[in-house]
Amino acid sequence: MTGAPPIVEMKDISISFPGVKALDEVDFRLFPGEVHTLMGENGAGKSTLIKALTGVYKIDSGEILVDGEERRFGGTADAQAAGIATVYQEVNLCSNLSIGENVMLGHEVRGPFGINWKATHRAAAEVLSTLGLDHLDLRRPLSTLSLAVQQLVAISRAMITKPKVLILDEPTSSLDANEVANLFTVIRRLRGQGVAILFVTHFLDQVYMISDRITVLRNGAFVGEYPTRELDRTTLISKMIGKDFATLRSLGSERQSHHYEPRGEPLLRAEDLGRKGSTEPTDLELHQGEVLGLAGLLGSGRTELARLLYGADRPDSGTVWLRGKKTDIHNPTSALGHRIAFSSENRRDEGIIRDLTVRENLVLAVQAKRGWFRPLTRKEQDALTRKYLTELNVRPADPERPIKFLSGGNQQKVLLGRWLATEPDLLILDEPTRGIDVGAKAEIQAAVAALAAKGVAVVFISSELEEVVRLSDRIIVMKDHRKLAELENGPHVTAETIVAVIADEGDDEEGDTE
Amino acid sequence: MTVTTRPPTGSAPGPASSRPSLSDRLGARLSALPTVAALLIFVGMIIYGEAAYGRIVQFNTLSNLLVNNSHLIILAVGLTFVILTGGIDLSVGAVIAFSSVAGVMLSNAGWHPVAAVLVMVLIGSALGLVSGVLIQYFGVQPFIATLATMFLARGLASMLSTVPERLADDSAIRDLAAQLKIVDGDKVNDLVITPGVIAAIVIVVVGFTVLHRTRFGRTVYAIGGSEQSATLMGLPVTATKLGIYVISGTLAGIAAVVYTSRLGSAQNITGIGWELDAIAAVVIGGTLLTGGTGFVLGSVVGALVLGLMNVLITRDGGIRPEMTTIITGGILLVFVILQRVLAARRRGEQA
Ligand SMILES: Nc1ncnc2c1ncn2[C@@H]1O[C@H](COP(=O)(O)OP(=O)(O)O)[C@@H](O)[C@H]1O
Ligand SMILES: [Mg+2]
Repeated sequence: MTGAPPIVEMKDISISFPGVKALDEVDFRLFPGEVHTLMGENGAGKSTLIKALTGVYKIDSGEILVDGEERRFGGTADAQAAGIATVYQEVNLCSNLSIGENVMLGHEVRGPFGINWKATHRAAAEVLSTLGLDHLDLRRPLSTLSLAVQQLVAISRAMITKPKVLILDEPTSSLDANEVANLFTVIRRLRGQGVAILFVTHFLDQVYMISDRITVLRNGAFVGEYPTRELDRTTLISKMIGKDFATLRSLGSERQSHHYEPRGEPLLRAEDLGRKGSTEPTDLELHQGEVLGLAGLLGSGRTELARLLYGADRPDSGTVWLRGKKTDIHNPTSALGHRIAFSSENRRDEGIIRDLTVRENLVLAVQAKRGWFRPLTRKEQDALTRKYLTELNVRPADPERPIKFLSGGNQQKVLLGRWLATEPDLLILDEPTRGIDVGAKAEIQAAVAALAAKGVAVVFISSELEEVVRLSDRIIVMKDHRKLAELENGPHVTAETIVAVIADEGDDEEGDTE
Repeated sequence: MTVTTRPPTGSAPGPASSRPSLSDRLGARLSALPTVAALLIFVGMIIYGEAAYGRIVQFNTLSNLLVNNSHLIILAVGLTFVILTGGIDLSVGAVIAFSSVAGVMLSNAGWHPVAAVLVMVLIGSALGLVSGVLIQYFGVQPFIATLATMFLARGLASMLSTVPERLADDSAIRDLAAQLKIVDGDKVNDLVITPGVIAAIVIVVVGFTVLHRTRFGRTVYAIGGSEQSATLMGLPVTATKLGIYVISGTLAGIAAVVYTSRLGSAQNITGIGWELDAIAAVVIGGTLLTGGTGFVLGSVVGALVLGLMNVLITRDGGIRPEMTTIITGGILLVFVILQRVLAARRRGEQA
């Protein structure tokens, strides 16, 4: 395998977007006849690296060699002409057109009278059948297919051009075990024919099932390239999240004394709560005054589970009992009515409104809960704002300053204040400490602990395992969109325990088909 | 430590990947439904007209319908391309004004008729290119870009002349409206067509073929479905979008030739609001304004519905002609509501 020269070689690739360095001098090599997996947490830059290769994004610096020749592609079509076919992460098909057409668009078989639809459909049927999709009626609109089958159609489309390089960005995210098995059969066959395959997935099992080599990215930086057989799961995870094992081991848990013994009826109980493609059916219990941590890698389905609890997405299975009563939380407004508040991980787009003042941002949720026809008086607004600015130590404590002039940490405190002002019984915090400085982080953690002491139930989501361990009474470990394990927190639980749970689970299950 | 590992559940719940084909087949036909509805309305109008006023189902009425609306049909074909991509072209009416006035003046100045006609068509292409470049390379919204082109073309027409420019009686351009008798009926009941009608028919056939049997045409539909997907699929999005505005402009130029040859004169205020008639024809014919779904033949039916409506209102005599626009608006509204209902149905199916 290493005897042959690489078919794709990317050197020192850098790309910046406004405010983010998405790729910082990343190297990547792809050899003919190998399956190479690109690993990294969400936002690590995997999709960006792929788009840099195919020319969807222009690179700021670096060198791209294909077949030993320096190339800069102008887009998918250009890369395709050079034998590189790509299925991007977003399923990129046209739902208004037929299934057959989506496979063949741009490659339709043409005769003297223009497109020969019969031959075109025949070609589409041929490639679809290699993925086990013989039964599809090609003339049906694509929109009648489930997302999973659409993903397979997109993969078929990439295979039409008989590429030398096949790039699949998270192709398995919505496939079931059978479909994955079909896909892997095809991938193995292509690999046997000498096709180079670049594969992105979050599913560790799949990585170890199919890939020959792994490149790990973290925060836009190149971490390393490893033969799969020389990299065990635990090492892989620690490379992805950027804490070496010794450091993980040394991290203790600080809040373990604050272990809350749940009594009586849970505030919220969910059974089989799930939604196809986002969350496998999950059971969950939450008591008053308890902090429930959701841990897992980015992309493991933590946010998705939270969104189900909050009614931002509709579950398609399961039942929720709130204070012992069966409850249907069908949208965020009704959640607010049931005293459930949710602070989004996306502070910039779903959280603050940049041009409004601190006061206006802070009273937003209370106002929404009251209804817009009963506006808060200015006096009420001022009182609320003063209370939470003091309580959360927001600096500067100037209610009339546009929030965009505050630091990230202080913006986050105002957001927290916004939800506290609604006096929730259940507060869901998704990544409340991401991207803020250490001081503000500690203050927010303290605020969460204080809330729990007052009897509020908190769901705490964070990528920082040590933070989850420090704050939570119980920890749900998520992986691949399902609940992997539930841990009672205690002195023996450390960040390392959680990493071990995530890594071990795969070993137990290897070879197992779901 | 208590570690409770939940065994992986079996197949996740949710809709199965392939469902019985009946609803799917209905779904496939659903997109043609507005077009079929337009056709039914057209037939209904003919039957009603025949019953109420008589002399509708006969050669000369049909001939007049085609002759008087051939320019609208041509415009509607162009706008079908544009609207299929999710764009809009507001400039076509003004393009006709500029193109006609320029053509008549050139012809009267002694230009060879072929050259004059060619310039008329090319004026359309050039203005279409202007819109396309504004949209593709300067990122201007199609609505705004073609609005700008509309003002530009109208202004240019007014700079040329603000009075009716009469085409010389002996101009060969007038021959393009010469009536060719196909069937010689009794008295004036003849089936006649003009070169303009032939042009419209050819354009419809070519338009249909391009949309359904060329990669360019399929790219038009793909862009309307999702421009981002089309780009990521490696389809030539930029060239195609430029192309459709040039097509729309060129067809406006041809429509200008057809209309001018019939009327024998041109004026800077010709064609005010025709872009809206053409858009109405396209929408009535079942093309979604959001792009991705529709047919050229539907637009032809849409244009004929509008034309026939004018005939019926004239025949009725009791309806004031001012009502025409209100009725047009009413029909349009009915169709847009129909489309919304269908779109909602399809979304429901996907969910
Ligand atoms: N088009 C874009 N504009 C701005 N930022 C982007 C864009 N695409 C990606 N990013 C940013 O670049 C980083 C890497 O993203 P991405 O490559 O999608 O990660 P991955 O595929 O590994 O999950 C993220 O911080 C993301 O927000
Ligand atoms: Mg990605």
